[in-house]
Amino acid sequence: MENLIGLLVLVPLAGAGALLCGGRRLDRGGPWLGTLAAAVSFALGVVLFADMLGKGGEERTLDVTVFQWVPVGSFRADVGFHLDQLSMTFVLLITGVGSLIHLYSIGYMAHDERRRRFFGYLNLFLAAMLLLVLADNYLLLYVGWEGVGLASYLLIGFWQHKPSAATAAKKAFLVNRVGDMGMSIAIMLMFTTFGTFAFGPVLTAADRAGEGRLTAIALLLLLAACGKSAQVPLQSWLGDAMEGPTPVSALIHAATMVTAGVYLVTRSGAVFEGAPDAQTAVVTVGAVTLLFGAIVGCAKDDIKKALAGSTMSQIGYMILAAGLGPVGYVFAIMHLVTHGFFKAGLFLGAGSVMHGMNDEVDMRRYGGLRKYMPVTFVTFGLGYLAIIGFPGLSGFFSKDKIIEAAFAKGGTEGWILGGAALLGAAITAYYMTRVMIMTFFGEERWRPAPSPDEPSAEPAAGDRAGGMPHPHESPRTMTIPMIVLALGSVFAGGLFSVNDAFLKWLEPVTGHEEGNSPLGALTVTAATMAVLVLGVALAWAQYGRRPVPATAPPGSALTRAARRDLLQDDFNHVVLVRGGEHLTRSLVYLDHKLVDGVVNGTAASVGGLSGRMRRLQNGYVRSYAVSMFGGAAVLIAATLLMRAV
Amino acid sequence: MNPVSYLYLSALLFTIGGVGVLLRRNAIVVFMCVELMLNACNLAFVTFSRMHGNLDGQVFAFFTMVVAAAEVVVGLAIIVSVYRARHSASVDDASLLKL
Repeated sequence: MENLIGLLVLVPLAGAGALLCGGRRLDRGGPWLGTLAAAVSFALGVVLFADMLGKGGEERTLDVTVFQWVPVGSFRADVGFHLDQLSMTFVLLITGVGSLIHLYSIGYMAHDERRRRFFGYLNLFLAAMLLLVLADNYLLLYVGWEGVGLASYLLIGFWQHKPSAATAAKKAFLVNRVGDMGMSIAIMLMFTTFGTFAFGPVLTAADRAGEGRLTAIALLLLLAACGKSAQVPLQSWLGDAMEGPTPVSALIHAATMVTAGVYLVTRSGAVFEGAPDAQTAVVTVGAVTLLFGAIVGCAKDDIKKALAGSTMSQIGYMILAAGLGPVGYVFAIMHLVTHGFFKAGLFLGAGSVMHGMNDEVDMRRYGGLRKYMPVTFVTFGLGYLAIIGFPGLSGFFSKDKIIEAAFAKGGTEGWILGGAALLGAAITAYYMTRVMIMTFFGEERWRPAPSPDEPSAEPAAGDRAGGMPHPHESPRTMTIPMIVLALGSVFAGGLFSVNDAFLKWLEPVTGHEEGNSPLGALTVTAATMAVLVLGVALAWAQYGRRPVPATAPPGSALTRAARRDLLQDDFNHVVLVRGGEHLTRSLVYLDHKLVDGVVNGTAASVGGLSGRMRRLQNGYVRSYAVSMFGGAAVLIAATLLMRAV
Repeated sequence: MNPVSYLYLSALLFTIGGVGVLLRRNAIVVFMCVELMLNACNLAFVTFSRMHGNLDGQVFAFFTMVVAAAEVVVGLAIIVSVYRARHSASVDDASLLKL
């Protein structure tokens, strides 16, 4: 069993290597090879999972040290894997949803000339993410962390001929670097505090370290999590990341990348529990982001960007739950898994719609598609019901628990967090209903495809004839993953909640304590249902009852701000870019005036002085003689004076 | 006769020599003034020898004469070659060694 863990990472990595180095020979079979690598990895995960289920709750952890990586003096960095219930959950999610997305990409990218490379990058993404969740120390986790950043850069910028995609990729990479910096400093601090960065020793010794140190480490880890998981204040890359092909968005948003932050916070639970201030920061970030993302999601007309806002918001829920401590860890991960199903399904559905609509992304030009794309409609609809938390579907079970746990925080804080989570649920219902109605219901608002000089969003897919779109159902490789994910969105939450199965599964790793919410569980559920109905009704009143205008109305100040991602880029521009410019300018000024001034001034005064002193050497022998006489006289006088004293 | 008078004479000669070195332009005269200063020193040495009753001063005077003779040889050679090169025996004309 131990060897299988290494293979789990190695198979997609080998797939990536083969696809990226294999050359044109693999152009035909490449997509299937990549999918096979992902599927093999998933199969290995299932084997390990079955093996794990055969053991008792406490013995399920597998630790393997593969080799010593950097043995220098007392510094030891090993390549080792740690497979417990938490990493197992992630492995199954990553490889499972990842394989489905690979399968979907075969159809979606069928006409792209560079699809071999695309699958290579997808495999690299899986390998990096698996390394991230399987590492048994923070340094190896960091390797996977950076690998994910690299793979996301390559995939977001996959259509690099589009300047917008290239810029989005760069933006994602740079924003991630800010978080990565927090991660690397956190690892260094860990090493100086604990003398090691392996999970086991660090997490068991966490309560013995000083609170100041722990708070510093925890806040840096939070910064890292914010970068990868697109949380406020490092959220700005996520919306632009939609420039990548739609399967990439599905992969980033559902199975990999953005879940890394939640994993990090949950895995480092002991560190956060020792630092209450940092925990407050985590829940604040979570609560702010879940509202932020939801508000942005309400205003976007681009279907992928609306879903991106939704992802941000849902990850906010997870970060909020993870920040609540043992009350919330299990629910954070549970929501992560169910979100993996329905968000992947929604993105693949969005991709399917775009595929049938000449790559149109503006929802104001959709409408009435349910007749033309029945499979997409049903699967997307089930994902929609799951994400808004319709009773009995996945999102209901996981989100309801998070809201309950937020209220259970107690005191004013509990009310604020719970209220934010509840409000977020209402907004979620609103914007998802809006997406649903604008896409699949109402009258047909289709437009001819954009003119050829305006390069279309996604090249070479399906009907390229131009003119009016002819919506059609997507090929089978695309619909099958959507159906599977829809099934997951419907049943996963219920399965997890039978006998608290998921809770019992994760409890040995993350620990769990029941929160005592000031409101009863039933009250919370009733409130959630009430805001759900409210959100849906509001969206229906606004978009279902009235025809949707083809051009966006000007809207209120909040709407306009939300269309610009709540001014996140403006904020970054004004505060960071301008600030940075001013900083560098003032530094250059200081450099010129102060540093150069001192150096140049010294040189000038030495030069001036020597210019004056040079006059003493006039070439006249007699003046030299005078100075010699004078000098001798002074010497003699001094000698006499000394003798007299 | 009081030997101190010789010291006054020596000082007077030394001063005349020194002033000559500083004020005169002709290299030969400057040179002669240098000799005058050396000989003023010699006179002082001899006087001190007499006053202290030992021969150290006299020995020093001989040394000075030897050095002065050698110096005259070198100095006159320089003056002659400068005169040949520049057709002038003025010390102020030989002022090329400056910035």
